[in-house]
Amino acid sequence: MSTAQRGNQRRTSARACAASFAALALAVSAAGCAPQAGSAGDGKTVSYWMWDAAQQPAYEKCAKAFHKKNPGLRVKITQIGWDSYWTKLTSSFIAGTEPDVFTNHVAHYPQYEKIGVLSPLDELGPTRGIKASDYEPGLAKPWTGRDGHRYGAPKDWDTVGLFYDKKVTREAGVSDAELRDMAWNPEDGGSFEKVLARLTIDANGKRGDERGFDKDNVVRYGLATNDAGGDNHGQSQWSAFTGSNGWKYTDKNPWGERYNYDQKRFQETIDWYFGLAEKGYMAPLEDYSQTNFPEVQVGSGKAAMATEGSWKLSAFSGLKGVDLGIAPTPKGPTGERASMMGGLADSIPKGAKNKKGAAKWVAFLASAECQNIVGKDATVFPATPEGTEKAVAAHRKNGLDVTPFTRHIEDGTTFSFPVTDHAADINAIMLPAMQEVYAGDSPASSLTTTNKQVNFLFQQDD
Amino acid sequence: MAVIKSASAAPNRRRGDTRVALAFVAPAMLGYLVFLVWPTLRGVYLSFTSFDLLSEEKWTGLDNYRRLVNDPVFWDSLGVTLQYVMINIGVQTVAALLIAVLMHRLTRSTVVRGIVLAPYLVSNVVAGIVWLWILDTQLGVGNEVIEWLGFDRIAFFGDASWAIPTIALVNVWRHVGYTALLIFAGLQSISPTVYEAGRVDGASEWRMFRSITVPLLRPVLSLVLIITVVGSFQVFDTVSVTTDGKPANATNVLQLYVYDLAFDRLQFGYASAISVALMLVLTVITVMQYRLMRAGRSDLG
Repeated sequence: MSTAQRGNQRRTSARACAASFAALALAVSAAGCAPQAGSAGDGKTVSYWMWDAAQQPAYEKCAKAFHKKNPGLRVKITQIGWDSYWTKLTSSFIAGTEPDVFTNHVAHYPQYEKIGVLSPLDELGPTRGIKASDYEPGLAKPWTGRDGHRYGAPKDWDTVGLFYDKKVTREAGVSDAELRDMAWNPEDGGSFEKVLARLTIDANGKRGDERGFDKDNVVRYGLATNDAGGDNHGQSQWSAFTGSNGWKYTDKNPWGERYNYDQKRFQETIDWYFGLAEKGYMAPLEDYSQTNFPEVQVGSGKAAMATEGSWKLSAFSGLKGVDLGIAPTPKGPTGERASMMGGLADSIPKGAKNKKGAAKWVAFLASAECQNIVGKDATVFPATPEGTEKAVAAHRKNGLDVTPFTRHIEDGTTFSFPVTDHAADINAIMLPAMQEVYAGDSPASSLTTTNKQVNFLFQQDD
Repeated sequence: MAVIKSASAAPNRRRGDTRVALAFVAPAMLGYLVFLVWPTLRGVYLSFTSFDLLSEEKWTGLDNYRRLVNDPVFWDSLGVTLQYVMINIGVQTVAALLIAVLMHRLTRSTVVRGIVLAPYLVSNVVAGIVWLWILDTQLGVGNEVIEWLGFDRIAFFGDASWAIPTIALVNVWRHVGYTALLIFAGLQSISPTVYEAGRVDGASEWRMFRSITVPLLRPVLSLVLIITVVGSFQVFDTVSVTTDGKPANATNVLQLYVYDLAFDRLQFGYASAISVALMLVLTVITVMQYRLMRAGRSDLG
């Protein structure tokens, strides 16, 4: 239960985070007590909203350090569960009770950029000096709006990796070295699919690569299910595979205006990926639920491996009875690995009551001092290279090698989340469509029609 | 003399009554106007506009309704909602009637009544989440029991064909006690002498149920049905916390679709149009129910 509580804080699916009683109670109580903007324009308080409860302690530390430097300013942090975060934020813009600073996500920020409720950070004194080169490569780019202004100060980053239980892999005779060096292809799945088959066991103790394997009676799947990924561009599901097959989401990124879900490279990857469920190597769609996240499946032994984002590190490392290992996502037909790199940023609403204080706080959040505090806490990877080193060291101290996440940056094998307009409408179209393919009710070629619906959204703009 | 006196006093009193009555009605009336009439009118107006909450609404005439007619997701959603209502109301009404009659004929125990009503004290959200855990495919206690009995595990919330019946039955579980209590109240209004007469005539329990209970209960039963059907069409919270419309829109009930359109996709105009459509559907159904069940009249004559 404690693992599920952390939920998929970064998934774009609303309510996906209502992982458990506790998480829900938290979200409800946060929603119930209607967070106040706090500052009320007295110029002494800076109100700050974030959704990830796991990161709050690190940012409280930053707030303390900030207060020491600016004795006249106090930061009031309000944590609101991902579930109601965006609804609350939108209504706060309407009601004029918006926070002075809030944690922003690339999936939601285009909407705010479009309606013009964000302050350009390059026009505020303290944040004017924020440079893209201060951060890990690629992190700052999505936060530059169509008008060339900066609307978010990068605060952290994430990539995708393979989490597994070493006890399970050892017992199957699969070595860590083998796991670090896997490759896949859409024809026969390559060494990655062979490993998955090896790790899968049916009720009679037969493995997926043995004769007489019963795919309808699997007790442990090679790969955990994490839903169909239609609502988050497959970030932690299939994006590592479509990426390493050389496919790109949109015509350009950020601010693309045409999606490519009709391309062969995408559809053949999806056919193969969801085909793993058909073969019994990946848990079926109906096994996924809001109480059964990938870390729960690995923790309970129902799955041997899971592809997940680095933001789930603390959820996985907290699993009892699991000897956690992390492997990089497999190499694809391009001969390279690929991982989506997401990243959060801090934004300031145009209507912030205490804009001066807000800009100072954002500048501090983006500074080496706060980034190092967050790094030492090791819940996420901070946006600066120095902060990241601190996080890697903290994990190493706990016996966990997190280089499968960082090597994507060193090797330059990352691509970013597609930042476009109409994100909410696209989610509403893609989510059921991808689930239909996963469930085997539609072939991947049906996504050509889905892609037309998605691109139709952009044609209406002109 | 006495007659004249009272006649002259009456109009005075009536005028005084009107003022007091208005004062008593005023708070309810204010609430009615502010929280029901005004939002309804505003909703109807918005259904003819394109509105994203943050910028001014734009008048688009019948565009939203044209889109509604051509929107496969809407029709799919209406079908899902109808399926839910049918299972939910069908099972719930039969079960509630049975429980109420048993309580009425067999026991006077308040403890039993308390137990029957207990699930109603749990909020929909909590009930939904508890059942979600119990029926989880891989980890749920319910599925452990099913497997122990020698059956295959069932993805109650994850399988497209199971999800709606499961949610409908979870809500039956929560609401059946309350519905039974309403029917039970109706049963208590039936005079015991009618049953005594029946017993004297040598009627069986089943005969008395058919010829006494059901006809005399009809006005209460039809009222209960009207209330529960309207409530059932508005199902939202249980779906929102369990399946959230998944898998592949199999549980995308109307209210969820409206919520998603309005608050996630900021299409308040179109969401309003669907709400208006739902209101019309409910009005038609309620009027039909009222007429068909002759709810306004009793069989006691």
